[in-house]
Amino acid sequence: MADILRGRERQVYRKGQQQTFSIDCEKQSVAGSVSQRACVFCGSRVVLYPIVDALHIVHGPIGCASYTWDIRGALSSGPELHRLSFSTDLQEMDVVRGGEKKLYAALCELIDAHQPKAAFVYATCIVGVIGDDVDAVCKKVSMEKGIPVLAVHSEGFKGTKKDGYRAACDALLQIVGTAPIDDVSPMSINILGDFNLAGETWMIRDYYARMGVQVVSCITGDGRIDDIRRAHGAALNVVQCSGSMTHLAKELERKYGTPFIRVSYFGVEDMSKSLYDVARHFKNQEMLKRTQNMVREELERILPLLSEYRTALQGKRAAIYVGGAFKAFSLVSALRHLGMTTVMVGSQTGNKDDYEQLRELCDEGTIIADDSNPLELSSFLEEKDVDVFIGGVKERPIAYKLGIGFCDHNHERKEALAGYEGMLNFAREVYGSVMSPVWRLTPRKRGNMLEVVK
Amino acid sequence: MSSPIRVTNRAPRPNWVSTRNPCKACAPLGATLVMRGIAGALPFLHGSQGCATYMRRYIISHFREPMDIATSGFSEASTIFGGGANLHQGLDNVTSQYHPTLIGIATTCLTETIGEDMHSLLHEYRRTSAATGPQLVHVATPSYSGTHVDGFNDAVRAVVEQLAEPGVSPSAYVSTFLNLFPGLVSAEDLRFLKEVATEFGMPITLFPDYSETLDGPSMDKYEKIPDGGTTIASLRATPSAKASIEFGRTLRAKKTAASFLQEKFEVPAKRIGLPIGVQETDAFFAAMEKLTGHKTPAKFREERGRLVDAYVDGHKYLFGKRAIVFGDEDMVVGLASFLSETGVVPVLCASGGKSGALARSIAEVTTHLREPVTVRDNVDFMTIAEEVALKELKVDFVIGSSKAAKLARELGVPLIRVGFPIHDRIGGQRILHLGYRGAQQLFDLVVNTLLELKQDSNSIGYSYL
Repeated sequence: MADILRGRERQVYRKGQQQTFSIDCEKQSVAGSVSQRACVFCGSRVVLYPIVDALHIVHGPIGCASYTWDIRGALSSGPELHRLSFSTDLQEMDVVRGGEKKLYAALCELIDAHQPKAAFVYATCIVGVIGDDVDAVCKKVSMEKGIPVLAVHSEGFKGTKKDGYRAACDALLQIVGTAPIDDVSPMSINILGDFNLAGETWMIRDYYARMGVQVVSCITGDGRIDDIRRAHGAALNVVQCSGSMTHLAKELERKYGTPFIRVSYFGVEDMSKSLYDVARHFKNQEMLKRTQNMVREELERILPLLSEYRTALQGKRAAIYVGGAFKAFSLVSALRHLGMTTVMVGSQTGNKDDYEQLRELCDEGTIIADDSNPLELSSFLEEKDVDVFIGGVKERPIAYKLGIGFCDHNHERKEALAGYEGMLNFAREVYGSVMSPVWRLTPRKRGNMLEVVK
Repeated sequence: MSSPIRVTNRAPRPNWVSTRNPCKACAPLGATLVMRGIAGALPFLHGSQGCATYMRRYIISHFREPMDIATSGFSEASTIFGGGANLHQGLDNVTSQYHPTLIGIATTCLTETIGEDMHSLLHEYRRTSAATGPQLVHVATPSYSGTHVDGFNDAVRAVVEQLAEPGVSPSAYVSTFLNLFPGLVSAEDLRFLKEVATEFGMPITLFPDYSETLDGPSMDKYEKIPDGGTTIASLRATPSAKASIEFGRTLRAKKTAASFLQEKFEVPAKRIGLPIGVQETDAFFAAMEKLTGHKTPAKFREERGRLVDAYVDGHKYLFGKRAIVFGDEDMVVGLASFLSETGVVPVLCASGGKSGALARSIAEVTTHLREPVTVRDNVDFMTIAEEVALKELKVDFVIGSSKAAKLARELGVPLIRVGFPIHDRIGGQRILHLGYRGAQQLFDLVVNTLLELKQDSNSIGYSYL
């Protein structure tokens, strides 16, 4: 049984073993717990990063820029400015004298060199401590260069990743509403919370186009500043990754009266429901019909292919540990679709409602964990004899070290996992992870004996 | 040593204020690697949660191994009132979960900027906690000063300083041994150095040693702290060594573990270049011969023989080829030495580090070169790209970490991946750079990369090359 750190006992729940459901969450990580979480800066950086025609400059010492250089797919159909890493690279004398002048000079030279549509300035840990007025510098440069230059207050220690999401949304809100919306259709949406890590935004855009829905902006996958300027013109905000984007959706509703719905593009059921929800919102029979036809077409194409994987994967056990809990819901369903059982599921930043929903969704005996760490996760994998672990790059070596399959559902994926084609990719990857012949050689399956492999 | 060739570091530098596509990481990262190389130890960062997570990710993507780094997880309150309470709780929690024998604490930009006094914080912690707790060592690694390599070397020195005890031998049976401080090299390099010591019959304290902790076997149970690493007992005994060897020509003015042991305990320090290629490896084996009194074992002399024979076999493919070499300063010096002795001209040698000793070190190891070499320290990748464009440099390949993938693609030449980090290929930890054997592998790799290019880039499709 897992060795849970003191102070974390209430952040781990086992369905069926505890009568009343309660789980602690949305807490600061326990010091010394080797949390899998990142920081405020990380939250802001991941959300804004896919805006491809903006300049992203990290104000602070070099580390934060080095560690986030080209860190995730975030594919672009045009400019690739976002894939460059810019930093003020603060040095000892800057820390003593302040970094404002350096930031000003850096912004001016980079804007001149790259002609971006906007610039985001990420303030990291020490910026506030050394007293830089980043807002003032941004305002000045914005006036001089004639583009939005936005301070993103993302000092790492000032909360959790969620606060970083909020800071990113606040920066985006300053861009929305600054361009005319005359040609925006009444049947139009913004896609919020897909980051186009492996081309997912393009697939989803295509579904909406086939339905007859105009996509005004993608926030932020393959994102463009000029599109985001017009985002207030859309009739509906369609929000995936609710953890990062709900704040933006709510603010857009408050400021512009745009309603929003939550969706998920992972898994066949959730994907179809998302499209139907959007179609139903517009109360347009023709659109609904087009949607039905499209969904039928897609399902007829992929279901036979999926059933082959399902036969092989029937009864296999999966564990899930992801950033936002919302993604976990879809993964549990998608795995079930493949005949698999989720025996452990957790997230870095889920809230009480999320975990309640996960509890309802999961089978008896499933472990639900908030803000877990390598020691707990490894013990869950061992205890539940997991066949495949689904998570991000920091979880990968935990699974691999134990001779357990792993599927990256985060920054490092190279195949699109959203939509119908994505479900097929997902099935293929899970299949390849679970069925690889290498596991039979690992100590977990056959000990360390040097006997002839049967 | 003066160089007959032009090695310049005075090229007109465009006045870029910003750093664009960095050729370095921050200091605490290097320190966490060192702490991971101590037996039973856990790295611990005093700062924000994100630092630990980002560095874990960076290191995991190279080694493809678990890398647990604990953190005090600063909040707004700790930034205002000091992080003593977080540090205390963090150390307690790490101790109860991981049962480490040592916790290696590195500071970050945040804790250095707010002026955390680690000495007194840890003194206070030791005073109030159980006497049986883990050993604590700490190193100041402000991210606004130096690079990951500086953090690495400073951590090596800090650990040795804080653990060294005079007159302690690692075991009663060992009276003569050497300290070996190799710097940031691969896990395979570390295994090779241990093999050299074994073959010479000379015990060594190799520090750090993450050859097992960051390149371990498949397990059926998760090891909280993987086996392997330099033992605390042998780190205590470093002042009793016969001598210290440290790799790194660019260390020069820097206070290192070896220079500390020399000053305080009169342990002779021998500083040599990273043993890459024939010349620099000769210097290493010569030092080993001198310090052990033994001749280089036949095994290595044979490897040298085969290496030189291979240089002959492949010389036509390499003569006059031009390379950009970049990365950690001492890796760049070693590679430049190796390449130039095979006939390749390292036309541009660049690093994000700024020891101030790079140009001189390159000049020392490339004395026989007839062509000019440009050396640039404290640069980023966009500056390197601009330098290439400005000087209209024609190069055949780029050699260094995977971070130059974009540069190489833009130049339309192959990138030969060596050093740290390698994030887009498997097996970076298993690349052997050192010794004749390492040079042999590098040589074959360089030659075959160029042959492959020749074969693939024309319509003939040679069957013999």
